[in-house]
Amino acid sequence: MDALNSLLQGLAVATQPANLLFALIGVLLGTAVGVLPGIGPALTVALLLPVTFKLDPAGSLIMFAGIYYGGMYGGSTTAILINTPGESASLATALEGNKMAKAGRGGPALATAAIGSFVAGTIATLGIVFLAPWLVEIAVRFGPEDYFALMCVAFITVSATFGDSPVRGLTSLCIGLALGLVGIDRLTGQARLAFGVPELLDGVEVTTLAVGLFAIGEALYVASRRNKQEDKLEPVRGSLWMTRQDWLRSWKPWLRGTLFGFPIGALPAGGAEIPTFLSYSTERRLTKYPDEFGKGAIEGVAGPEAANNASAAGTLVPLLTLGLPTSATAAMMLAGFQQYGLNPGPLLFAERPDLVWGLIASLFIANTMLLVLNLPLVGLWVRLLAIPQPWLYAGILVFATMGTIAAKPSVVELSMLTVFGVMGFVMRRFDYPVAPVVVGLILGPVAEAQLRRALQISLGDPMVLVQSPMSATLLAIALVALIAPFVLRGVSRFKTSED
Amino acid sequence: MDSAPAGRPDIAGTAIAGVLLALAVVILWDTTSLQLTTTYGIGPKAMPYVVAAGLVVLSAGNLLLAWRGGFPPREEVDRRAVGLILGGLAALIAIVGLGGGFIAAATILFATTSAAFGRRAILIDVAIGLVLAVAIYLTFDKLLTLSLPAGPLERLL
Repeated sequence: MDALNSLLQGLAVATQPANLLFALIGVLLGTAVGVLPGIGPALTVALLLPVTFKLDPAGSLIMFAGIYYGGMYGGSTTAILINTPGESASLATALEGNKMAKAGRGGPALATAAIGSFVAGTIATLGIVFLAPWLVEIAVRFGPEDYFALMCVAFITVSATFGDSPVRGLTSLCIGLALGLVGIDRLTGQARLAFGVPELLDGVEVTTLAVGLFAIGEALYVASRRNKQEDKLEPVRGSLWMTRQDWLRSWKPWLRGTLFGFPIGALPAGGAEIPTFLSYSTERRLTKYPDEFGKGAIEGVAGPEAANNASAAGTLVPLLTLGLPTSATAAMMLAGFQQYGLNPGPLLFAERPDLVWGLIASLFIANTMLLVLNLPLVGLWVRLLAIPQPWLYAGILVFATMGTIAAKPSVVELSMLTVFGVMGFVMRRFDYPVAPVVVGLILGPVAEAQLRRALQISLGDPMVLVQSPMSATLLAIALVALIAPFVLRGVSRFKTSED
Repeated sequence: MDSAPAGRPDIAGTAIAGVLLALAVVILWDTTSLQLTTTYGIGPKAMPYVVAAGLVVLSAGNLLLAWRGGFPPREEVDRRAVGLILGGLAALIAIVGLGGGFIAAATILFATTSAAFGRRAILIDVAIGLVLAVAIYLTFDKLLTLSLPAGPLERLL
């Protein structure tokens, strides 16, 4: 019952007034950005990194986690009320949710999404509590070669295995790895790909890349095809309360969605889209009301929403225990840890249990806050959607550039931001996934350092990579995950998630 | 741009393959100019070679996609909108670089972006952008003591 003790101590940290306030700010901000199209939790964390630099690490990490959970909630509101999902993970919710809103059942759709998210988030966070210490015990015995192999698995699964096209996913990853090379090599002090530009010696800033790709790239893309789409906001009609039948039809999809979401999120497989679509198709197959599917079936909202939130919680398991981000938001949270000189992993559980367990405990609090706040405030969130698109994107760009100007007010940095924006635009236009670039930039240098450390210890013998059973197994998994999509073409029809 | 039917090479896709190859060449060129230091295991040159090799392979892969119609169909680009946003960003960089300050730069970016999204009331948008920029400047510079570049407008506050 070690885990429960640690959790209780974490609760003591999380319920400090200042941390409660950070959690509240986080969930409110997260819900707002989740509701707004064009801005997601990964971008929000990226924008906040320079601002939170001077704050207490526990507080700002609790806020980031609140943003992550809140973003998942907010996305569903947009998906249900205007068929344009705020987050890619809410695509499945939009299928039935928007039909329900059109049929005048928007209230129950929002309710089943919110309560389902709460149920799934709570169960999945309990999953973190029991899974994390167990994984940490395994991770303690990891050598550098095992970490390197683990990162290879993450690289492949995030970019190639579950994407539309493994070639496009791997291209994104390779661009990220190339960007990760820029700057002074940590082990020898050699400058790589800096071309004598002083700003490049420090390497490519993760925030500059993320803000360029997500904010400027997105704005350029939406502006470039503006005339083609028409959004219609459905008013929330009918009671927000679910009927007895709604409850009876929702609770099983909630639990099944959680069962899909948490493990897939916790495996380094990346993305909430796969579990949400798995949940959607399962509910469609199991439902007693097959006629309603396609016209607004509540199961089609309850299941995917639960899967969505459970997978968000799941991605925190590899992030906290191994320092392995498997989604763009998790990658930005890792950057958040790094800005305080903290490296998530088994060592952090030993050195800063207050911080790690405080963060985990605050997830329960954030989840409860979201349930209590979201339904009564839905009118307020809907009003956010009334902001005219030109002002919304203009405002996003002003905030996006402000973050970079505040951190490094240099022409070089701003030019890099613009170049990354154009890159993000081209990638969206040609359907390259964006998340692998961010993961490649953050994990690439870490993987290189682990590999070189492993080879230094072995005096340069590369056999060390296959002599450790753990490392050999993981490398084999990576190899299979790389080859499988080429062999089984057409099996993976799900797009990789970008947030 | 045309959505290339199968059998006809996709020009944009071929260009992307070319950019990837060029990136690989730049990495190789930069890596060969590194000075050698003797270490156990592998030095700072190994990873760039691996990444460059990966880029060469993927450049070929993308070329294959482009020539086999593997690129997605695309809508026509609204060039005016993209140009306006990029112009606004260029103006922002120039103003910050020349010491014009954050407020002027942000105001122009706001106005050009909303024009890119179809607004025509440019004066109103400049006014809104100005109010927003001043509000951000006061909040972040005075309250949170983050330093935003100051120009003539900022000195008046």
